Amino acid sequence: MRNGPGNSGLIMDEPLLWEKGKKGRNGMSISASDVPEAPIADELCGEGPDFPDLSEVEVVRHYTRLSQWNFGVDTGMYPLGSCTMKYNPKINEKHAAAEVFTAAHPMLDDEYCQGTLRIIYELQNYLAEITGLDAVSVQPAAGAHGEMAGMLIFEAYHQSKGGKKRTKILMPDTAHGTNPASAALCGYKPVPIKTGTRGILKVDEIRELMDEETAGIMITNPNTLGLFEENIREIADIVHGKGGLVYGDGANMNAIMGIVDLKRCGVDVLHLNLHKTFSTPHGGGGPGAGPVCVVKELEKFLPTPRVEFDGSVYRTEGDRPDSIGRMHGFHGNYGVLIRAFSYILTMGAEYLKKASQYAVLNASYVKVKLKDYLHLPFDRPCMHEAVFSDKKQQEHKVSTLDMAKRLMDCGYHPPTIYFPLVVSGAIMIEPTETESLEELDVFIDVFRQIAAEAESDPELLHSSPHRFKVKRLDETQAARNPCLRG
Amino acid sequence: MKEVDELNLPEDLQYTKDHEWAKVTGDTVKIGISDYAQDQLGDIVFVEMPSVGDTFDEGDEFGTLESVKAVSELYAPLGGEIVAVNEELEDAPELLNQDPYGGWIIEMKSADMTELEQLLDRSSYLAILKGE
Repeated sequence: MRNGPGNSGLIMDEPLLWEKGKKGRNGMSISASDVPEAPIADELCGEGPDFPDLSEVEVVRHYTRLSQWNFGVDTGMYPLGSCTMKYNPKINEKHAAAEVFTAAHPMLDDEYCQGTLRIIYELQNYLAEITGLDAVSVQPAAGAHGEMAGMLIFEAYHQSKGGKKRTKILMPDTAHGTNPASAALCGYKPVPIKTGTRGILKVDEIRELMDEETAGIMITNPNTLGLFEENIREIADIVHGKGGLVYGDGANMNAIMGIVDLKRCGVDVLHLNLHKTFSTPHGGGGPGAGPVCVVKELEKFLPTPRVEFDGSVYRTEGDRPDSIGRMHGFHGNYGVLIRAFSYILTMGAEYLKKASQYAVLNASYVKVKLKDYLHLPFDRPCMHEAVFSDKKQQEHKVSTLDMAKRLMDCGYHPPTIYFPLVVSGAIMIEPTETESLEELDVFIDVFRQIAAEAESDPELLHSSPHRFKVKRLDETQAARNPCLRG
Repeated sequence: MKEVDELNLPEDLQYTKDHEWAKVTGDTVKIGISDYAQDQLGDIVFVEMPSVGDTFDEGDEFGTLESVKAVSELYAPLGGEIVAVNEELEDAPELLNQDPYGGWIIEMKSADMTELEQLLDRSSYLAILKGE
């Protein structure tokens, strides 16, 4: 067996900042004040904040050590299914950090920030072209926010049509977990649809459930089993036939860029996750962006403001009476938009398509190479991710969680586990296009080895991870009695 | 996780295909989750229960269970009114893992107790589990 990148080494300990330093210590020398002292009103005085007194090197080492306990896509392979943890090229960071953007005040008049607006305008157009849809607003701050914008657009559309109020929405159990929540937040009752035996939606079931009280359907395509919903066009026709709309969750767009035209699939509204497909940083709860894309008929409902161009000047559009309104302050998460724009331009159409092709090829490769070692509930051609389960390991009392923890010791971020819910003990691997064949082969060898260990040494897996600063955490205790303060 | 033959499935309870159990005592019915359900869910960390006085139709969602693995809905095996909820679960959701049959979740009063006849006995429930 080839070893994974995981190895043991020195782990530096690090106390809280308040346990370091010494009273009066400083990071820098501040010159003596030459402003005469003057009394301050008592009510403005009080206990100051409890700042630790530290030198510069103490602060730098503190945060460097914390970062060394962490694991990111810059550290190693991060095959977290459904999340598309692809590498974030550094050139995007360079552009986003440019002073022309960081120093621009968001309240500048349009004429003083033409370049800033041009990026939004062109990004709107690129995203429309990539998805096949007609119009885009880059306002929503993340995927679920984009979904909410989409559901508000559904509601605005149905209201504009008049007729009986639509109260339900069809929700496949292979949709993203946030879909039913977004729909419910907008007042729709999600009607769950069970996956068919092939892991995709059955047309007859949609025909049976779709009626004139149903606002439409939310489809994640490819779905969370990593399978392409082949019947999407037929399903869309049924939904449209009853006056409903089709929402496409574009979280899995990384499988189909430049290959699938979503408008031709019958999708009316779609959100994208720039922090997945378009390589902007993802995770840690940091800002994302979830642009919402629509067909021409729904353009008037899009969130404001978008950027328009009259041939000479870029302008932030004014109020549109039919718009669902604002979803975010100012121009959305602009720093994220610059990164996505940079990614699209550095890749170009040809290589965006290649990225999707490699993402699918990599996942298929992992699927084929691991399916004799891990149970594969839907043995069909997969898209950008493959979903296995722990069925084979269960007889040795080894669970998905144990294998995920063991994988950490071998130098990998664990895949997504126990999701999607339709597969018991799911292990969802999405390698993304980032990983080379050599990297994938090592990962596959390591996972095969772990499957062998599940038989030969279950205890090793039960007690993993062994090589980290913290070992097996008591997740149950943490969930039952969360300790939210140091 | 447990093998099917390791599961504790008392004879004197009725079961549902959603892995709940029901037990009639007098004119009310106590409802909880089966040993299979608690084993599959893993450590349960939160139980969301209805309020006393709420009414449900058969098949309605009456609450949710959250485990370290997933969130799962609870469905009313029969229609009726909630007469009691097991408040101990609010602070000690682990009771459902430790003793799924002692750890009842809700107690219902049904207008139509004949709905109970549709529920499964031990052997039919076991057959479903073996088929899964």
